[in-house]
Amino acid sequence: MDGQKLRQKLTVSSIRRWVLFAAAVTILASCEAPIPDNYHLKSANERKPTPDFALKDATGATVKLSDYKGKVVLLNFWATWCGPCKVEIPWFMDFQKTYKDRDFAVVGVSMDEDGWDAVKPYVEEKKMNYRVVLGNDQVSQLFGSVDSLPTTIVIDREGRIASTHVGLVAKATYQKEIEKLLEAPKDGPKTGAVRAAGSEFALLHSN
Amino acid sequence: MLSALLAASSLCFIPINAVAQTNVLMMPKPEPVAAKAGTTIEVKLPLQLREGYHVNSDKPPDPYLIPLRLTWDSGPITVAEIVYPKPETRKVDFFAGPLPVFSGHFELLTRFKVAASVPPGLVSVAGKLRYQACNDRMCLPPKTIDVTVPVSVSR
Repeated sequence: MDGQKLRQKLTVSSIRRWVLFAAAVTILASCEAPIPDNYHLKSANERKPTPDFALKDATGATVKLSDYKGKVVLLNFWATWCGPCKVEIPWFMDFQKTYKDRDFAVVGVSMDEDGWDAVKPYVEEKKMNYRVVLGNDQVSQLFGSVDSLPTTIVIDREGRIASTHVGLVAKATYQKEIEKLLEAPKDGPKTGAVRAAGSEFALLHSN
Repeated sequence: MLSALLAASSLCFIPINAVAQTNVLMMPKPEPVAAKAGTTIEVKLPLQLREGYHVNSDKPPDPYLIPLRLTWDSGPITVAEIVYPKPETRKVDFFAGPLPVFSGHFELLTRFKVAASVPPGLVSVAGKLRYQACNDRMCLPPKTIDVTVPVSVSR
């Protein structure tokens, strides 16, 4: 191979190397950007009954999860200090508005240690249009020790856990899951429903 | 090279929130510090956050965010000043402006006054470090950890 051909080959090879390197850098740089779409509804026979709870809302009224039987529920564990939770709240308000007449409800469980002193002004400031209750460690334990926020559980009409999302996921993920669950017939199977208060599951009362 | 490209693209699919990490801030046990009575000493607290996580700075711009806060109990050795490092800023979806945070390795510096009346010997200075950590997708509950610095006082 003469010198000119060798130089040409080296140049082509270096350009190819740089293009691949630039592509790798671009891929890595784009990693953080999109909020993941983690759509993953469990099939009906994989779903487990949702543990029930009884917690107080800002007015002092007791809210039982079992009261929502027959509805699709988006149960969101959140806190005022949680930035990613703040991203989701307008989405959930939108869902509450769009689907409330189709047997759907959002229930927010705040895990703020400072209680209503911290939560009430936040709920008012953000004009949250769905029910918010104050959570506690017992309720967190019922759902497998909710530690990372947001944690969101989508519950089907029969009171079974259809999906659980830990961390921020795309709005479209929830939307697809809600719509899919709302398509299910209203009078579905009676088995596997939210365990009734006072029977096999612990009914918890907040302070 | 192609394999490097594939490896780079596969990194995008590692779920950062796959496992709940409840202990993301590491703090080595503070070394004993020597001090002469009647002087001022500096104590550095090195901290290391797990990769991908950050804590709010000591002055977060959003009142709902929990600041990083180091406090010391009162005693014969008193706090003169606590110096937090300059935070880095992040662009986040939930706040309009840049968000000041700490990540990776950083140090908190405390200047203590050792009163002239402190008798020679070992004095434990106790404090608390409160923080609240997040990554891009989720947050962990606020945590308060105990900090104790042994100070060997001499004349």
